[in-house]
Amino acid sequence: MGAKILLEHIDKPGIRGYDVYRQNGGYRAVEKAVKTMTPDEIVNEVKTSVLRGRGGAGFPTGLKWSFIDKSNPTRYLVCNADESEPGTFKDRYIIQYIPHLLVEGMIVSSFALGANTAYIYMRGEFRWLFPILQKAIDEAYANGFLGKNILGTGYNLDLYVQSGGGAYICGEETALLESLEGKRGNPRIKPPFPAIKGLYGCPTVVNNVESIAVTPWIVNNGGAEYAKLGTEKSPGTKLISACGNINKPGVYEIELGLPVEEFLYSDEYCGGIAGGKQLKACVPGGSSVPILPGELLLKTAAGTPRNMSYESLSDGGFATGSMLGSGGFIVFDENACIVRNLWNFASFYHHESCGQCSPCREGTGWMEKVLHRIEHGHGNQGDIDLLVDIAKKIEGNTICPLGDAAAWPVASAIRHFRDEFELHVKHPELVRHHYMNDYVAPALHTA
Amino acid sequence: MSEIKFKPETMAQVEAIIKRYPEGRQKSALLPILHLAQEEFDNWLDVPVMDYVASILSIEPIEVYEVASFYTMYNLKPVGKYVLEFCKTGPCCLVGAEKIQDYIQAKLGIKVGETTADGMFTLKTVECMAACGYGPMMQVGDHYYERLTEEKVDRIFDYFRNTDPSKVYKTDPLTVAGLN
Ligand SMILES: Cc1cc2nc3c(=O)[nH]c(=O)nc-3n(C[C@H](O)[C@H](O)[C@H](O)COP(=O)(O)O)c2cc1C
Ligand code: SF4
Ligand code: FES
Repeated sequence: MGAKILLEHIDKPGIRGYDVYRQNGGYRAVEKAVKTMTPDEIVNEVKTSVLRGRGGAGFPTGLKWSFIDKSNPTRYLVCNADESEPGTFKDRYIIQYIPHLLVEGMIVSSFALGANTAYIYMRGEFRWLFPILQKAIDEAYANGFLGKNILGTGYNLDLYVQSGGGAYICGEETALLESLEGKRGNPRIKPPFPAIKGLYGCPTVVNNVESIAVTPWIVNNGGAEYAKLGTEKSPGTKLISACGNINKPGVYEIELGLPVEEFLYSDEYCGGIAGGKQLKACVPGGSSVPILPGELLLKTAAGTPRNMSYESLSDGGFATGSMLGSGGFIVFDENACIVRNLWNFASFYHHESCGQCSPCREGTGWMEKVLHRIEHGHGNQGDIDLLVDIAKKIEGNTICPLGDAAAWPVASAIRHFRDEFELHVKHPELVRHHYMNDYVAPALHTA
Repeated sequence: MSEIKFKPETMAQVEAIIKRYPEGRQKSALLPILHLAQEEFDNWLDVPVMDYVASILSIEPIEVYEVASFYTMYNLKPVGKYVLEFCKTGPCCLVGAEKIQDYIQAKLGIKVGETTADGMFTLKTVECMAACGYGPMMQVGDHYYERLTEEKVDRIFDYFRNTDPSKVYKTDPLTVAGLN
């Protein structure tokens, strides 16, 4: 069993409420931070922890905080609770079961950044979570941890929950800020970065729910203690939301560096492939990261066992590796159709493109169309190369990373499963199927 | 059509929301207020409703139309009493969502985007709802219905058909007996 930081108290009955949370050491970090530490000391602890942002990009949180423009007295902290990356459902878990952890994290992080107003931007579909989170916030106010003159120190902080309207792109931090300003979620051109010009033109830090929820532990125990956990390049723990064809889908906190094989097959975590089937492939970090065939998931191309960390999952680059991303671990069994899944993802990105850049707006649509015809048995000889070509033309040519996120899965699926695409094009009668999970690979000699 | 005006208790909520933002930044309240408007005015945003929201926030109507048409949660056309928002994204399909979707369509006799003749249900497909480990799933109102099976779908439809509409969403979503 690895260390637990976020979910240490998750099984305590009543942990969702203030009293039980407090009895289990809750809000001690706020007391310590506002009474005994300076904001810079907290930023330094977070830097020392080498915590990497848990929203997907993995950017070091302390470093991001140190970029905030302190010459402006009005600064904001905005929490990204838009959680819409297919395969990812971990932030929801924190808010649903231990909301005070996020509230406490918002308070210590806001104090570190010198923010007096903070927002939690939550996807609108989570409206059933609003009462849960709002109750936690109200309890924090009632106990003097939010509002004016927090714990008598003179520090003021107001914390609000903002609702989104249903748009994946609003998870991108500048689109999120646009949305929070009451506009369409069109990503902004960077620079300027939010740390210089963010919400209402003021310096702003945007962090993922999980990143913020870790900060109370770091304040209580010190960044150096955090850095001792996990691996050197991936310190600490990470929530992994595991789904797809496994026996035990769910949210798990793992110490980074856990062998992938153990995560996938041990009963403590995923419990192996459902229905006694074979592992075919895995998208280990949310729909935007490259897909890996089973062999390359468990071992790198060089034959080293892979572990759950930023560096190990990306070993081999895009040719033979993938990314830890958001921690959305999607497992495909032998009857999953890679082509149909890719078509599904392409249609997702096409639907979610904000439409500002033509390579993304048009390219995602073309990819969806081409994949639709391949999957439905009407593909043409040149279609597979056409897809690779479209993906190449999107990659790196767009305002925000959604374009790349749409392109990478295409390139990797074709690289690793070209045979399956060719079968769909050349012998559709051999691979006819109706659903994502009823694909039967024809015996090799018939193909 | 009766006059478009928020109930006093909703208006109080609207005013509280506007106070969350700095002076002059009241436009930030647009998305939350559109949700309230949709809830109060028959589950969709007719043009006069959007104009009303614009007037409350002192912004141009076009600013409201732009936003309402960008986000998928706002209905710009009338919908049934209950909107079934069914997740069609990959991870849910890996665990059988496509089959359940077929079942729902056959059972209700409608396709995606349509409303049943009795005006009860509108079927809408949506993208990943952050419930991938508990799929197939759909959202109806405030509740996520997860790990759907054909039998569960039957029970859910019966529940909506037989429950007093004023009570449907009042039950604690996390404990609706046997439905999750
Ligand atoms: C298309 C797109 C969608 C994103 N969705 C999310 C999301 O739902 N949640 C999230 O925290 N970050 C998301 N991100 C990453 C954010 O832009 C940003 O990097 C992150 O919120 C920063 O927080 P962190 O440093 O704590 O990870 C998304 C990025 C892109 C390009
Ligand atoms: S890459 Fe796509 S989503 Fe991002 S700004 Fe361009 S069009 Fe919009
Ligand atoms: S794919 Fe359906 S909830 Fe994520």
